[in-house]
Amino acid sequence: MEYIQGIAILIGINLIAVLGLSILTGFTGLFSFGHGGFMAIGAYISAIVTARLHLPFALAIIAGAVSAGLVSIFIGRLTLKLKGDYFCIATMGFGEAVRVILNNIDYVGGARGWESLPQLTSIWVVLGLDIAAVIVAWNLINSRHGRNLVAVREEELAAQMAGIDVYRHKMIALVVSAAMAGIAGALMANYIQFIRPTMFNMAKSTDLTIMVIFGGLGSISGSIVGTFLLVSLPELFRNFAQWRLVIYGLAVIVIMVGRPKGVMGGFELTPSGIRKSMAARRARLALEAEARALEREDLA
Amino acid sequence: MSVVLELKGLTKRFGGLAAVNDVSFKVREGGISGLIGPNGAGKTTIFNLITGVYKVSGGAIEFRGLPVQDKEPYQIAGLGITRTFQNIRLFKELSVFDNVLTACHASAKYGLTEAVLRLPRFRREEKALHEKADSLLEIMGLRDRTDVTANNLPYGLQRRLEITRALALDPKLLLLDEPAAGMNPDETEQLMRLIAEVRSRFELSVLVIEHHMDLIMGVCEHIHVLSFGCTLADGTPDEVANDPQVVEAYLGAEEAKK
Ligand SMILES: Nc1ncnc2c1ncn2[C@@H]1O[C@H](COP(=O)(O)OP(=O)(O)OP(=O)(O)O)[C@@H](O)[C@H]1O
Ligand SMILES: [Mg+2]
Repeated sequence: MEYIQGIAILIGINLIAVLGLSILTGFTGLFSFGHGGFMAIGAYISAIVTARLHLPFALAIIAGAVSAGLVSIFIGRLTLKLKGDYFCIATMGFGEAVRVILNNIDYVGGARGWESLPQLTSIWVVLGLDIAAVIVAWNLINSRHGRNLVAVREEELAAQMAGIDVYRHKMIALVVSAAMAGIAGALMANYIQFIRPTMFNMAKSTDLTIMVIFGGLGSISGSIVGTFLLVSLPELFRNFAQWRLVIYGLAVIVIMVGRPKGVMGGFELTPSGIRKSMAARRARLALEAEARALEREDLA
Repeated sequence: MSVVLELKGLTKRFGGLAAVNDVSFKVREGGISGLIGPNGAGKTTIFNLITGVYKVSGGAIEFRGLPVQDKEPYQIAGLGITRTFQNIRLFKELSVFDNVLTACHASAKYGLTEAVLRLPRFRREEKALHEKADSLLEIMGLRDRTDVTANNLPYGLQRRLEITRALALDPKLLLLDEPAAGMNPDETEQLMRLIAEVRSRFELSVLVIEHHMDLIMGVCEHIHVLSFGCTLADGTPDEVANDPQVVEAYLGAEEAKK
């Protein structure tokens, strides 16, 4: 039971970061390989608030989210005007920079890490924040702001011509995703009670991005499924220690080959999502039928 | 006659090449004007300058008396200039409806918090946006195609959808870049009628780029002719068609093609 709960908490913590990244990568089309850095900021700031300042956990979570968000504004100012690929490279550099800086701050344990933090993250806190995160992400995506993000992903120039401030919307997506990564970091630090800069390295950032892609770009439900599968799989196979990463890798490859758009492929597993994709299918079939009828007419 | 858009000595250089060279003309309010010229004359570049996609190298652009050459593209769109593209640029993965709904965004004012908390204003304005998208699609004859993914639409309807999406911004000036490209004469005829209808219905001004002079003669009240980035002629269709320089440029282009 303890074990299952442990996995549930890990899934729940990662889910918040993945949902944030889903908004940035899945819906806005910006790839990041540095969100481990925002998680690190959330983790360390929250640890300072709880372990050093002995202030309430809620405050620590907020502080983690706000600091990660503020840093992301700074990063966004520097990089969001660059064309797509440079943003991706810049985030990679950012993530590594955070790690190197933390390595050299003795106040938070430097490269050795920081032990015996208080354990404050409970399953209920995680569950509550997960529900809040899903609602925020869902409501954001299904609003004019969310549609603007998707427009930026689909066709940046056309989005501008439709009066969408592309820079501002990329910034919104970045800040929301960074703040959510910060929350995840805060929960993580106060759950496993030990943090070390390497926990938030590029491999962690890549993990998060893989969960988004695996679940399907542009799908909230896909991100949830992706997080469930990819966090629990390696944990469930922990007994075959040396095999777990192989199994993890195989699972990712099988999905990406079989369903290159991820498990969900932009589809939402909700009543409205199902209705929508069925309508799209029906409409396409109708179009094809019409085209065939026209062709027959031409032949006749 | 009032002027909605005025270009004053507009110049754009790419390295050594002056793609647009000291071009001046006026677009009349409420009319349909044409911008024509052979391949590479600089027509699309002028659209990119007007909409802020490119920064001007020299000269000025005035929209209803307001200089706009230093504004960001989204600001210019917000002021009421919008366009379609020579090579269609739809939100490909989205449905026809969502393409238009997205472009309606400026008609709503609710903020992020109101959206996330689903406050009353969000619900109210969101409903209005859906109704607006619906009625635009109805007017433009795309009502029975709302669920189709934009990418799957036949070519002619994609062009029509792009115009519909542009109209969602309630523009004052609509720029159309070769809207009839790749269409057969029938479709072209239909499109030209649609453009005229849209102009009077939405009370806007239209500036349309066309390659084929004969095609544009029917709908435009005023035509500006470019060649190699420079103004060649400016006037009514009749004046332009009988201008020896224009005739030569077009015949020259025809000769070159052979
Ligand atoms: N971004 C750019 N960089 C460099 N040169 C450019 C750029 N955009 C346009 N040009 C050049 O400017 C000139 C005018 O191009 P433009 O696309 O405006 O022509 P056009 O009149 O629209 O032609 P067409 O009828 O083929 O569409 C061409 O020589 C083109 O190669
Ligand atoms: Mg062109």
